[in-house]
Amino acid sequence: MASVLRMDRMPHIWCPGCGIGSEVNSFADAVKRSGIDPKKLVVVSGIGCTGRVAGYVNFDSIHTTHGRAIPVATGIKLANPELTVVVFSGEGDLAGIGGNHLIHAARRNMDLVVICNNNFTYGMTGGQVTPTTPSSAIASTTPYGNYEYPFSLPFLMDAAGATYIARWTSMHSRNVTQSIEEALLRKGFSFIEVISPCTTLYLRRNRLGDGVDMLQHYQDNSILKHGCDTRETAIDYQGKIVIGKFVDKNKPTYLEASDKCAVKLVGDDYQLYGKTIPEREAEEKAEKERIAARRAAMAAAEAQEQTASAKPRKASAPKAAVKKAPAKVAKKAPAKAAKTKFQSKVMPAKQALAGTKKAAPKPTVKTKAVAKAAPKKTRKPKKTRK
Amino acid sequence: MKTKRSGVSEQANVRASERYAGTKTVPAGVSEQANVRASERCAGAKFVTADPKGVDSGPHFMDGDHAIAEGGLAAGCRFFAGYPITPSTEAAERFAERAPEVGALFIQMEDELASIAALIGAAWAGQKCMTVTCGPGFSLMTENLGLAAMTETPMVIANVQRGGPSTGLPTLTAQQDMMQARYGAHGDNAIIALSPDSPQECFDLTVEAFNLSEYYRVPVIILTDETVGHMHEKVVIPPADQIKVIPRNNYSGPREDCRPYKFDSQGGHPMVRAGDGYNFHVTGLTHNERGYPVMTADQNKIVVTHLMEKINGNADDIIRLEENQVEGADVVVVSYGITSRIAVKAIQDARKEGIKVGSLRLITIWPFCEKRIREISAKVKAIVVPEINYGQMVLEVERNAGGRCKVISVNHCGGAVHDPEVILDAIRKANQ
Repeated sequence: MASVLRMDRMPHIWCPGCGIGSEVNSFADAVKRSGIDPKKLVVVSGIGCTGRVAGYVNFDSIHTTHGRAIPVATGIKLANPELTVVVFSGEGDLAGIGGNHLIHAARRNMDLVVICNNNFTYGMTGGQVTPTTPSSAIASTTPYGNYEYPFSLPFLMDAAGATYIARWTSMHSRNVTQSIEEALLRKGFSFIEVISPCTTLYLRRNRLGDGVDMLQHYQDNSILKHGCDTRETAIDYQGKIVIGKFVDKNKPTYLEASDKCAVKLVGDDYQLYGKTIPEREAEEKAEKERIAARRAAMAAAEAQEQTASAKPRKASAPKAAVKKAPAKVAKKAPAKAAKTKFQSKVMPAKQALAGTKKAAPKPTVKTKAVAKAAPKKTRKPKKTRK
Repeated sequence: MKTKRSGVSEQANVRASERYAGTKTVPAGVSEQANVRASERCAGAKFVTADPKGVDSGPHFMDGDHAIAEGGLAAGCRFFAGYPITPSTEAAERFAERAPEVGALFIQMEDELASIAALIGAAWAGQKCMTVTCGPGFSLMTENLGLAAMTETPMVIANVQRGGPSTGLPTLTAQQDMMQARYGAHGDNAIIALSPDSPQECFDLTVEAFNLSEYYRVPVIILTDETVGHMHEKVVIPPADQIKVIPRNNYSGPREDCRPYKFDSQGGHPMVRAGDGYNFHVTGLTHNERGYPVMTADQNKIVVTHLMEKINGNADDIIRLEENQVEGADVVVVSYGITSRIAVKAIQDARKEGIKVGSLRLITIWPFCEKRIREISAKVKAIVVPEINYGQMVLEVERNAGGRCKVISVNHCGGAVHDPEVILDAIRKANQ
């Protein structure tokens, strides 16, 4: 992890129990597993707690103004198409102040990976209502309960034209990792929403307990539904959370469309920044081969490691598993869940539904993804909100 | 080199000869002379000749907006993110039309907030970049103008001013954003602003804006106006080998020594390019030379002092003025942009009446020519400042004149240029 994070910037600012840390963990893991060249990766954040991610990851990174991470990322991607550009920010930043940029980047199928930490609150400024705060939830600026209608981000992104949409909770670390890995390796606008607890503000104000209580809530209330109609992904206050990969389709990206138009006009001599399309394609192909080689090497190393360690690993301590090494727990867990047509090779069913004890008969199952990992003692919230 | 102008109004021709007669300053045109000036202003910068791909050499009949786009392409700008707004849109249209053949990229963003944000991204990804707008759009851009200034990101923004406030007079001229350009972004920061008075100068100053922007790593604003933006005149684009440009200076040293910033109040520092493996960090927070946030009063002092002093401390190198018969004058007319061309008529008429009038045209608006105004104010009876606003740059003139002479504001609300008679009246009064 040390190679992926700026260890000289630690300790980070995030509160104990916050979901952003595990998301960054997943992101770091995904970057490694993807095999992409870390030199060619740029991370852009907006403002807020999640906005600080750019400052902790050891890649080229830009911490922008509030809401403007996506247009800055757009500029980077278009100015140097070789780069993989990830936007890591919160829902207030992306869907509130930056909402216009979010929908337009999705509309253009801009080749970006957008990771949205959705904790239903503006954490950095003290817990105000956001565009996704569920109705009736208390925030510092809705002290008597939120009476607005929230955005369902997968639905919004689907309508705007995003070509990859997934939602997980911060408990589903392994799935988050897999989704980010998929997104890093594909072309087009990818949107990954991670529902996450804000212990200090959202949970405290709504008297929902602490981070572990919220993970328990996610475990009990997440409904895995790959390919779910995004109209059915709304989140009610402390209600069910539909998770999974909802959209994964291909259509030309902004740059592909722009290239096509320019070639029609200028002919095969067309160059962008001094490179013809065949030249750029050759470079892209070579990069893909390098990525494939790195992935093959990693797979071989992993296989060797597995044969070397004959004795099966035990599931590690539950709490640690959730927060630190969910991947390892999930990998060893029995996988019997049903496959759905949306599960690709990158994210096989056994990983998507890792750890389910009994076989799930339908694609729609209640996840027990980290059931073993999550603490057995189900702590009741100290006091439910009246 | 005197750039010949044809197909222009009588007034403009009169003005051109007026301008060049007995003046020690240099005329418009990206000539050898201009390049010498540019290198003086950017001491230590490496100049190269322009990439011929972006240079549409030869005489043209075009408006100021188009000339701005051509200036950008000639200077090596290959990335344009913009949003349509009258009266600047023609520049975006020109760039969009030319982009495929030049190998540049044009994107129409969803708004001006996004346009300038995309420029910041593109600049750190290695491209020279520009956008155009006017008042309402510029208001939106001031948000990330501050980020660009704070992160020392080079870019060129043309503000083709129209009458305000708010939506104001979308199709009519004004010079009302002079102070906004300087003080629009919150917090202390300094930018460079240039004001062309003709389509030819729109071209020339856009090239120069890019050079200044690359050298000082600062957003440079072209503060033109609707009249110049929409005025068609002869524009001569020189051959590529006569246009000297400062290419992007990317850091290429050892990784451990890589610093995106150097707080020494000077220009000439390299950028770090995304994808080169230096893992840089850029933030709008107060930061150290490594780019990491350091949120202390002490660090803020270091950063802000650098941001201000790299411009103000090098003002003598940056500032360009055009003077005519200032020495020995009783009255000096200080003007800029289209108003300087209107003032020529008033100045000529005043001279016919026997009044000793000099003229000072601000080519560089920001940093302001404080020193020169102080010098002049000690020698003249009065300074007359006509401008198409309620009195903006006159405040700077008054401040620097410091009571040593009268300062007469000839303000004019947006929508039209001055009647030269009004300026003449002011000169007469000033001479009393």
